[in-house]
Amino acid sequence: MSEERVIDVRGLTKRFGDKTVVDHFDIAVPKGAIYGFLGPNGSGKTTTIRMLCGLLLPDEGEGQCLGFDVRRDAGKIKAEVGYMTQKFSLYEDLTIRENLDFVARMYGVKNRKSRVDGALADLGLADRAGQLAGTLSGGWKQRLALAACLIHDPKLLLLDEPTAGVDPKARRDFWDEIRRLSKAGVTVLVSTHYMDEAIQCDFITYIAYGKKLIDGRATEIPTMVGLTTWRAEGPELVALEEQLKGQPGVDQVARFGSALHVSGTDAVALAATVAKFQKTKRQRWSEVPAGLEEAFIYLMAGARDNFSRDAA
Amino acid sequence: MNLRFSLSRFVAVLWKEFIQMRRDRVTFGMMIGLPIIQLMLFGFAINADPRHLPTLVEVNDDGPLTRALLAGMDTSGYFDFIGQVRGPDAGEEALRRGEANFIVVIPADFERDVVRGLRPNLLIAADASDPSAVSGAAAAMSGIVNGAIAQTLTGPLSPAAGAPLPFEVIVHRQYNPEGKTSTNIVPGLLAIILSMTMVMITAVAIVKERERGTMEMLISTPVTPLEVMLGKILPYVFVGYVQTAVFLVAAFAVFQVPFTGTFTAFFFGFNLFVLGNLALGFLISTVAKNQMQAMQLSFFTILPSILLSGFMFPFAGMPGWAQTIGTGVPATHFIRLIRKVMLKGAGTFDVTAELTALGVIVLVITVVAMLRYRQTLD
Repeated sequence: MSEERVIDVRGLTKRFGDKTVVDHFDIAVPKGAIYGFLGPNGSGKTTTIRMLCGLLLPDEGEGQCLGFDVRRDAGKIKAEVGYMTQKFSLYEDLTIRENLDFVARMYGVKNRKSRVDGALADLGLADRAGQLAGTLSGGWKQRLALAACLIHDPKLLLLDEPTAGVDPKARRDFWDEIRRLSKAGVTVLVSTHYMDEAIQCDFITYIAYGKKLIDGRATEIPTMVGLTTWRAEGPELVALEEQLKGQPGVDQVARFGSALHVSGTDAVALAATVAKFQKTKRQRWSEVPAGLEEAFIYLMAGARDNFSRDAA
Repeated sequence: MNLRFSLSRFVAVLWKEFIQMRRDRVTFGMMIGLPIIQLMLFGFAINADPRHLPTLVEVNDDGPLTRALLAGMDTSGYFDFIGQVRGPDAGEEALRRGEANFIVVIPADFERDVVRGLRPNLLIAADASDPSAVSGAAAAMSGIVNGAIAQTLTGPLSPAAGAPLPFEVIVHRQYNPEGKTSTNIVPGLLAIILSMTMVMITAVAIVKERERGTMEMLISTPVTPLEVMLGKILPYVFVGYVQTAVFLVAAFAVFQVPFTGTFTAFFFGFNLFVLGNLALGFLISTVAKNQMQAMQLSFFTILPSILLSGFMFPFAGMPGWAQTIGTGVPATHFIRLIRKVMLKGAGTFDVTAELTALGVIVLVITVVAMLRYRQTLD
């Protein structure tokens, strides 16, 4: 991966009224990377993405996106970015072909007819091109939306929770496509709630309250969080879970399939607690390397629900 | 299943509805504020028996009877003398331009002819393109005349005061000699039809994009605000042209309303008016959060176009403050313009005042709308 940075912004800040939605956010995304954007609802993911593609003007901060200034050159950035909104935002009362054709016109795509035909063929929708977009199912709408934001061959894809409400098979296909694009040199910034999607990212940043909590290579995140994890297998896990909570060194207990993962940042205290429970010999205990999932459950638990602030 | 009416469930729904109503500030404001505003506005402004109508006098004779007559007209409250004109052409011109509703012509040797019992004619030329503005005043004339006679034709002149009247009052209803209401209403209707459709369609069309989220997709592309605005508005200009063509044919074929003026004057005024309405629709779309609000706000702008513009009720009959508000309504000027053009045979020169007013209103609305429009989602 080259060191060329497609996005490089510092101190990005956005306030709505007296609420700071994004607070001095820095991000540097290398070319061709898949950058995962994680965080609870209302943490400022969508606002950040909107600022990056010029839909919102940042109150503070500076930097470049695709070599253009994020404050002054929003128009130039827009021309080379494909932005997929959280909600389906194509025209439901236009047909599939009309939608693709309209978006292609907006970007001034050359050889529009053949480009749209190609996109329809790739989608496998060539024979349904005359169908109204509003009549498509959720999964198909999502594929159409992706095809629409790829129609002008963007260098950067901004995907805002692209797989929300889409079935697992469609999600898998979607991510195959994202990886293929990434290999072809397209940079992808994607926000998601799904752990299995986060694992597929090269880099991950986790934000809460509009503040960045952690940022790094996906493989390094667990080490950065600094968790030690023990795995317990066997019967009576529900009772065990209750007993473990609040014990010294235990920061979180999470169910992973048929096992219980007990994690904490204080390795010594955790080992002592585990040793105490090992004596009962009811469950099999083993120390395992902390994964991304434990890391994020830990981060999420640390960040209170952002909506609670709205209620005040 | 429990099908009994539950008071607590009912109250819960009721309460929820009030909470939602209160949260939707704009709609709530419209529900409470607008009826009050409208009641105040239209309740006081509308006057079906208008007084203080601008009147010019062409005086070719002077004497006690003339003075008593004019004083009587003045004190009746129906006529406001705004000056004198010389010669019939100047009077005609003032009437066509809408500067005066009445021209009173005192003929030469009026006093002498009355005393001699020659029964001279006293001509009152009235702008009957708005028949209701004129009828009240015209009806009041006979009382005024009798008063003036009783006051001046006394003593040796009293024989002249006997019936029949010593002179004849001739009210000349110009531009609409039969006093047909349709002649008055039909040209104005174009203004109302255009206001309704142009404002509402534009406002809703733009708000719809925002409500459905397609605006976010649209402005994430390199498209510029001007491209969006023009691209969204021009189709409706076309709709306005079609509506107007249908209207003109119907006005002529069904209602026999003449088109006596020049088409150029109409064309300029019509385009300015359509532009003003579209800009107003665009402005509403920058305020309204959803299509429902856009509809309600559009409807609110249409009521003044109907009630304060001189379409339904004579403009001159409204109190000063209502006339001031009415002057800011584009339909006021377009209704004047189209009545002048269709009924009074006006050319572009005769409607410069209306064209200027429309131009200023369009400019102001467009500037405000552009200032409010955001290329971003802020």
